Amino acid sequence: MTLKSRHLLGLERLTRAEIEYFLDTAGSLKEISSRDIKKVPTLRGKTVINLFFEASTRTRTSFEIAAKRLSADTINFSASTSSVTKGETLIDTAKNIEAMRPDLVVIRHPASGAPELLTHWLDLPIINAGDGSHEHPTQGLLDLFTVREKKGKIDGLTLTIIGDITHSRVARSDIYGFQKMGARVRVCGPPTLIPPGIESLGVQKFTRLEPALEGADVVMALRIQLERLAAPPFPSLREYSRLFGINLERLRLLKPGSIIMHPGPINRGVEISPEVAYSSSSVILDQVENGVAVRMAVLYLLSGRSVDAQ
Amino acid sequence: MITNQTTKLIRGGRILDPASGRDGIFDLLIQNGQIARIDPQIAPPPGAEIIDATGLLVVPGLVDIHTHLREPGYEYKETILTGSQAAAAGGFTSLACMANTDPPNDNSSVTEFIRERAQKAGLVNIYPVGAVSKGLKGESLAEIGSMVASGIVAVSDDGNPVMNSGLMRNALEYTQIFDIPVISHCEDLGLSQGGQVNEGLASLRTGLAGIPAEAEVSMVVRDLLLARLTGGKLHLAHISTARSVDAIRAAKAQGLKVTAETAPHYFTLTEEAVLSFDTNAKVNPPLRSAADREAVRNGLRDGTIDCIASDHAPHSLVEKDLEFTQASSGTVGLETTLPLTLKLVQEGLLSLSQAIALLSINPARILNLKKGSLSIGADADITVIDPGRKLTVDPEKFRSRGRNTAFPGLQLQGRAAITLIRGEITFRE
Amino acid sequence: MTQKKIIDAEGLERILRRIAHEISERNQGTRNLALVGIPTGGVHLAHRLSRIIKEMEGNQVETGELDTTLYRDDLPLKGPIFRLKRTDIPFDLNGRRVILIDDVLQTGRTIRAALDAITDLGRPRNIQLAVLIDRGGRELPIQADYTGKLVTPTGNEEIEVRLRESDGADEVIVREKKPDEKPKD
Repeated sequence: MTLKSRHLLGLERLTRAEIEYFLDTAGSLKEISSRDIKKVPTLRGKTVINLFFEASTRTRTSFEIAAKRLSADTINFSASTSSVTKGETLIDTAKNIEAMRPDLVVIRHPASGAPELLTHWLDLPIINAGDGSHEHPTQGLLDLFTVREKKGKIDGLTLTIIGDITHSRVARSDIYGFQKMGARVRVCGPPTLIPPGIESLGVQKFTRLEPALEGADVVMALRIQLERLAAPPFPSLREYSRLFGINLERLRLLKPGSIIMHPGPINRGVEISPEVAYSSSSVILDQVENGVAVRMAVLYLLSGRSVDAQ
Repeated sequence: MITNQTTKLIRGGRILDPASGRDGIFDLLIQNGQIARIDPQIAPPPGAEIIDATGLLVVPGLVDIHTHLREPGYEYKETILTGSQAAAAGGFTSLACMANTDPPNDNSSVTEFIRERAQKAGLVNIYPVGAVSKGLKGESLAEIGSMVASGIVAVSDDGNPVMNSGLMRNALEYTQIFDIPVISHCEDLGLSQGGQVNEGLASLRTGLAGIPAEAEVSMVVRDLLLARLTGGKLHLAHISTARSVDAIRAAKAQGLKVTAETAPHYFTLTEEAVLSFDTNAKVNPPLRSAADREAVRNGLRDGTIDCIASDHAPHSLVEKDLEFTQASSGTVGLETTLPLTLKLVQEGLLSLSQAIALLSINPARILNLKKGSLSIGADADITVIDPGRKLTVDPEKFRSRGRNTAFPGLQLQGRAAITLIRGEITFRE
Repeated sequence: MTQKKIIDAEGLERILRRIAHEISERNQGTRNLALVGIPTGGVHLAHRLSRIIKEMEGNQVETGELDTTLYRDDLPLKGPIFRLKRTDIPFDLNGRRVILIDDVLQTGRTIRAALDAITDLGRPRNIQLAVLIDRGGRELPIQADYTGKLVTPTGNEEIEVRLRESDGADEVIVREKKPDEKPKD
């Protein structure tokens, strides 16, 4: 198995076989995190730069742990401590970092397409850790991994994504990823937060929660990021929660064995109630745990040239 | 400085003059900077410089109704001189330059500065467009009368829409004193604010904020209503959507005197070009859907859209080698507009005569210029086109300072071989 | 292409029984023993040995599998990335007598990697090595404790171990190398 691209920019461009390769590799690596000595020497001597232009403690920590469990050295470069604020452009920053000879670059950036821009300027594998509202491929992969682990398969399942679809990179990566792996995808939210023409991606659109939950195997509640919204596209968080929040009552609408996911961090009581977040249906912490394995897989597979092993 | 002493004979070319309908193999004699004779065979007068145009097309000098020359204020992007060189190389002999410089062309001293610089460059007839409003702020009318006296041929706040409908009404009324058009950049900021790409496929796939077609259409419709109300002369810039074309077609059918332009990127490209986050394909209005492109092409064919403008918008790397959201909008166009228009002929959409009219007599008429035709006694502004010449768009070869083309690497056929104004060669390949 | 069968199904069964006896003899029984196979051939062999020991001694020896890919010594170079296999050792290695099992021993590099991997997983009392084929060509000071058969192929020969679990038949073949084939291990 070889990967077409040396970068991971989004799930839109991966084939099903490539996605499975990432998931299978993550499956092999997951065991390392349950050892007493949580480290293998695989990426010894390699340097991973975490280039974070947007605050994200979770994703950055997850990448950092993943790199360290593979024995890579990690350097965190975040916008607040950098010269970006002094007018240095993304390209200048990246070229400077390249001069320090890292082996892989992980980038989180508020602008869609920023990781792709880096691929034109740096001769290094670029891993997208979330760009604007575009994609968040490692989140998509860990969601797939978690569903496959919990439900035994992805083919034929129905995934319902609830919330701000328009501004969600997680939604985009999940839509591409789950569809490629054979699942049906529904999106549900206020019409002001569902991009026009979403049906052209092959998903079903709902503006009421109850029918969107009916028959769903997996429910993904997205974080409502009011800070990202210029004009509030709904009257209040309270009203949002009333119409689209997942609470225990709505949990009962789901068929038995359905699972609840959330990419985190949760706005408690808005998109998901605390009782649901910690109910037996919730796999939110499994997502976090699997995130490390998936990111280890991504770092491992992109750290060199893939070949078919004996 | 242009001297008008030489006599030139352009021999054996196919003379195509849409204004007069002339189309055939003729010789064309230039004396004292004017077109002296056009006849099947002209014996060269003594001392005449002979230009062999066998196999070439001889057409009226091309007119670009919409360019940005960036001077004063943004000389690092383009100057009047480099813009003039690009225009001449692209086959243009006349152009109208927009007012969004720094300071903006909202008063006669800036107008005069531009005219002076243009004359010094001496490569192309430059007709400044004045601002509609002071400082392009959309609040109160600029001193249009004194700018007209200094040589503006139209007003426009291009780059910014005139959001205030009352101000737009005033502009359409007030400019009637001078019989100059108001060129409208149609964009409802309430719908487009923060937008980066077309709302639809592009916004869906990239996650970049979308600009709906309606941001343009709603303002096109508003301006058509105001043109009807006032009787003013309205010209709609860079039309990019199907419903705008429909609205203009309907208004024209009802007898409204309105004119419209589009630019090569809107009839050549679609929003697919931004899916790789290529900032050179970031333009305003954004590249639209395939259906919109089709409608714009049909609008060109049936005359709903009156002319093709380059919307030449040079930027430096400082504005383009950035994240898509940070990058400036615009593509250079002066050196690619002619071949991209000829492509429509090669594709069978337009006749050659239609294509040349869209680039010469039509824009000249909108601006009331005595340009764009090959009539006896007219200024010898002439473009000689080599229709068979193959070229690959290579930004490194541009005369323009801007390298930001939305068409790098595109293979085209047909380009200006010789450009003349008032009988003097301004470009020769 | 000429090829020659050097072990058939019966021969393989005899070899595994002998090795099982040797393991039992050397360790004075099979208590506190663990069998760890290196994918994929070694894993199948480990399970067969476990079955034979159960028949012989009546007790179930715990069996696991150990992927050595992450411990390869050619990874930190700008080298190839190999598809990972599975590490699954569902028992405590501390204090155990671990029998590491592989199908072919050549350079010794896989075993070196396996020793590192085991060290990360626990501290066995000792580690012993069982291989079906020792074909020589060592690049590291590593020797097997239990060897099925010693084979010395010529330069252009290679050895293929086929097992019924993965290849449908039990046999070991010596054949001429295909010209473009890279050495294994």
